[in-house]
This record gives sequence, C-alpha cells and structure tokens, in this order.
Amino acid sequence: MTPAPNGIRSQLRGSARNRLGDPIFRWFVTTAGVLVLLILGVMILRTTADAWPIFQKEGFFGFLFGEQWTAGHTRSNDPAEMEGTYGALPFIYGTLVTSIIALVLALPLSIAVALYITQLAPRRLRNPLSYWVETLAAIPSIVYGLWGLLWFVPVILRPYVLEPMHEWFGNTFLFEGPVVSVNYLSAGVVLAIMILPIMTAIIREVFAAAPTDEMHAAYGLGATRWEVIRKVLIPRSFSGIVGGSMLGLGRAVGETIAVAMLIGGSQRMGASLLFGGDSMAAHIATTFADAWPETVLGLMAIGVALFVFTLTINVLARLLVWRLGRITGDAAV
Amino acid sequence: MTDLLTPPSAPAPAEQRPSLRHISPRTRNRKLVNSVVNVLLTIAIVIACIPLLLILYVVLQRGVGAIAIEFFTSDQGPFQREGGGFRHGFFGTFYIMVIAIPLAVIMGVATSVYLVEYGKGGKLASAVRFVTDVMTGVPSIFVGLVVYATLIRGTGLGLGFGTFVAGIAIALIMLPIVVRSCEEMLKLVPDSVRNASAGLGARKWQTTTRVVLPAAAPGLATGSMLAVARGAGETAPLLLTALGSLYMVTAFQGEAQTSLPQLIYQHARQPFPPGLEKAWGGALCLVAITLIFTVIARTVGARFAARREGM
Repeated sequence: MTPAPNGIRSQLRGSARNRLGDPIFRWFVTTAGVLVLLILGVMILRTTADAWPIFQKEGFFGFLFGEQWTAGHTRSNDPAEMEGTYGALPFIYGTLVTSIIALVLALPLSIAVALYITQLAPRRLRNPLSYWVETLAAIPSIVYGLWGLLWFVPVILRPYVLEPMHEWFGNTFLFEGPVVSVNYLSAGVVLAIMILPIMTAIIREVFAAAPTDEMHAAYGLGATRWEVIRKVLIPRSFSGIVGGSMLGLGRAVGETIAVAMLIGGSQRMGASLLFGGDSMAAHIATTFADAWPETVLGLMAIGVALFVFTLTINVLARLLVWRLGRITGDAAV
Repeated sequence: MTDLLTPPSAPAPAEQRPSLRHISPRTRNRKLVNSVVNVLLTIAIVIACIPLLLILYVVLQRGVGAIAIEFFTSDQGPFQREGGGFRHGFFGTFYIMVIAIPLAVIMGVATSVYLVEYGKGGKLASAVRFVTDVMTGVPSIFVGLVVYATLIRGTGLGLGFGTFVAGIAIALIMLPIVVRSCEEMLKLVPDSVRNASAGLGARKWQTTTRVVLPAAAPGLATGSMLAVARGAGETAPLLLTALGSLYMVTAFQGEAQTSLPQLIYQHARQPFPPGLEKAWGGALCLVAITLIFTVIARTVGARFAARREGM
C-alpha cells in the first residue's frame, strides 16, 4: 500500500476500495454460509415435491410397508394414471438387514482397535496404526464392490464362511440355502469393513478425551488395565461410543455401489442371511437408467425416505457426541 | 472427605497371609483376565489391518496387467475382446473434477471463513455448522437424485444429463468435507496473528485474505485434497447425473458423460475376462489417485497441525 500524498488524515481513512472491502467481503462469506443452508432446503423440498404423487398414490404407510414394487411404464405424474405399485418395504428391509450385520461385526472390532491404539499400543505405533486403519476410508466404494464381488466373496467368504455356516446351521432360518455369492451377508461383511474406519476414528477420539486423572486414580488403587477399561473408560465414553456407532450405521444405510454389487438385487424379503435382496440406495442406482418417468418418481420417494432415515440417525448421533465438542475425525474419514 | 483431625484408629487386622509374597488367587485371576484381554485386543488390531492389505494387494495384482499405453489412449471396445481402454473415463473424471473443485473449494473456504471469522457464536453460524455436519452424512445417491430433480429433469431447470451437472453433484459431496476440515485449520491460526495484523492497521478483510488464509494455506489445501479424493471415487451420484457414455465426451453440458468409476461399474457387471481385467485396471488407477491425494493431504496436514500447535 503506497501512502497517499496528501498528509496523514487521508492515509488513516484509507482508500475507498479498502473501506468498501469490509462490507463486501463480509457479505460474500455470509452468502456462502447461507447458501449451504439453502442447498439443504432445496434438497429436501425439491425431491419431496417430485415424489409427492407417489406418496399420494400409496399413502405414506402404504409406501413404507407395501411389499409389492412394480415399475410402471407411463410418463405421467398423476397418481390416478400411474400403472405401477410402489411399496418400498423389501428395500427398507434389505437396508436394515445389511446395515445391522455391518454394525454387529464392526462395532466390537472398532472398540477393540480403538482400545488397542489408545491404551495398549507402543507410542511409536499409535499414529501409524490409526492411519493405516483409517486409510480404509479413502478406498472408493466402487473398489470395495469390485473387490468384494470378484475376489473377497468367491475366494474367502464363500468357501470359509458362507458354506460352513450353511452346512452347520442350514436348518435354522438364518442360514437357509442355497448358497449364492451375492446375499445379505456378503454385502453386510463388506459394509462392515467400509464403516470400520469412521467408527474407529470417532471411538478413538472419544477414548482420547476420557478423563485421564480418573484412570490414573484407578491404576493407583491397583486396578489392572482391563478393569480400568471396563469400569472407568467404557462407562465414561458410553455416549460417544453410541454416537460413533450411529454415524457408522448412517454410513452403512447410505452406502450404494458396493451394496448394489453384492446384495443380489431381488425383491424377496427372506429371513435367511444367505438370501439375495435389495437395499434402498442400491435399488435407486441399479434401476434408474432403465426407469420410466413414473418409476423415477418412485425412486425419488425411496430417496426421500432414505434421506429421512440417515438424517434422523445423524442428528441423534451428533447430539450424543455434541458434548465432546466436535469430533474432527469424521470429516476426513 | 475423611476427617483429618482425629488421630487414626488402629488399622483393621489384615487377613492373615502366609507371607507378603503370597498372591491371592483372586489377584492371579484378575491378572489372567487382563492378559487374555490384551491378547484379544492385539488380535483385533491385526484383523483390522488385514483388509487394506488384501484390497491393495488384489487390486494391484489383478489390475497391473491391464495397464498399458493403450489403456490411457483409446476408448472402450467390446467387453469380449482384448484392447481398448478407459481414455473416456479418465477424461470424464478429470473434466468433472475440474468443474467440481473450484465450486466446492471457493464455496467451502468462504463458508469456513464465515464460521471462524464472522459468525463466531451466532445463531446463523451454529445453524450452518449443524447443516454441514448433517450434510457429511447425506447418502451420495441422494445428492445425485437432488441434482437430477433440480437441474436435469424438465420440472427443474431441464438441463439434461452432462458434465456440468455431474460436476455440481460431486461439488455438493465435497462441500461439507471442505467446510469442516478448513474450519478446523482456520481455528488453528492463533489470534495473536490476527491482532498483530489489526494493530498494523489492516482492515478485517485484509487480515483475513492476506494474513489468516495464507497462514492456513497448507491446511486448506489438505481439506480440499481430502475432498477431491472422496469426490473422484464417487459412483452413485454420477450414475444419476452423468449417465454414461461409450466414447470421449468434450461437451460441457447436454451430452451424457462417463467417468472412471462408472466404467469400472459397467465392466464389473459383465462376464468376459478381458472386460473384467480392464475393470481391475481402472480400479488400480482409481485407488492410486485417491490414495495419493489422501496420503499427501494427511502428511501435509499433520505437519501443519504440529507446527501450529507448537506456536
């Protein structure tokens, strides 16, 4: 900035450009912030408006609990003229089953990994280990799908897990056969690997924020490491663990491509984990390209329901981890 | 609280031990449980480290055969035959990212500046923060549906499928990641720097653009690169916005576009070995791209954070 020639006063006033700079810049960044709010608003309103005919036709409960999904072949968006029936229950069921399998597998593992990294690992290994586990999050979903479909399921899961399970527990409803490669369990296991990093990251941060003085006090009273973990660390981080698992669940519910490649894509709602099915996100992705305009509205309705589910899960999870301040790990993971 | 003023009474007679070296069976039990848990936790970390190894190994082993000059310089041929490549996919991904990155980074950095420098504890800032938190959890397929409904469909703007709308979808996925990581990085810039700048007579916007943002630049780059890594690997929204193409598309908008993830998806779902090999080759390139971005970003970010913490 060159000093103005006419004395000190004008220098202090600054040039017009600089004086205007402040309000303009303020306005610019505030607009950006408000735009973020607007985007979310548009997201909700536009898709709901588009899917409205479907909800009118089926009713909210009819849509959520109808077991029949037949694509219609009309171009109309008038509920009276639509040909298809739109009951999304098979997809909701598939979403729930795969996500719950993923959570059941990933939660104990992520707690154990977080415990190892925060309590047990040699100091030099802490960062590399968490880094390595969290790099799983950087692998794109499509690569998980490809790897699962062409290598993991046929080479590892099917011979060593699916078939033995079917052999030993085939007479129970959970493992009725026939054994096929693409089913709820395959999708769930790959999902578990996919949500492991985010859960580990959050639970690790929660453990790191646990009250160290209480833990040291417990050690001082002669408690073993396991006792400190069980009686001090876990109870004090309980809400954080629940929040972390819910964020993981939200990820699993919204996961699309990997599930689309591994779940099989049928509308059957079988109790057996070895049956193929379909999830909400996967159904949207696989049928969109061939859908008639009417069915696209049906897919939008699934999308809206999916959004409401993930939103609810996320908001609850955020409220649970809110007290810990913002968890930084999950933006990157 | 015990009363410290009364003299201590005689200690209760301890259980009679044979000797001080004697360890009660209960203690031995506790120690045993503890070591069992240690072993279990160690097994858990080993199990958790395996998947990444397996993914990297398999993708490398199967994909390396497909990588040849032709893979980058020609469009796809029939699945059954050798030859042909993913040029259109690489170009499409590059094109989409070129559109998405400026959108997401400019808006994301501006939003995080608002949150840190201007919003501070206000109600609006809390709302924006909450919404970005929520947006990180929005399924990517829903983002694709939103862009389809607002921009592509006739009831919206009616732009049709194309590169530009796909770029917008990817930008929407990147945005919350950029905002959140940039916000953390801007918070790391110490207030003393801002005060010093103000003390030298700089206005707030000058302080922000010439002092704070340059100071946080490595951190901002980190956040943006993580978002790029995430955006480049996204498939679901592209299926709904770019739709797909069999050849290289240079049109900015109005012509269906393809990308690397879409090609992998399309090749993985057919049974012919030459096509499958190309899918693995594409996956290898995609993993390489995303991992390079992620690793660079994290290394830079860790150093930056360490340097800032030290100030």
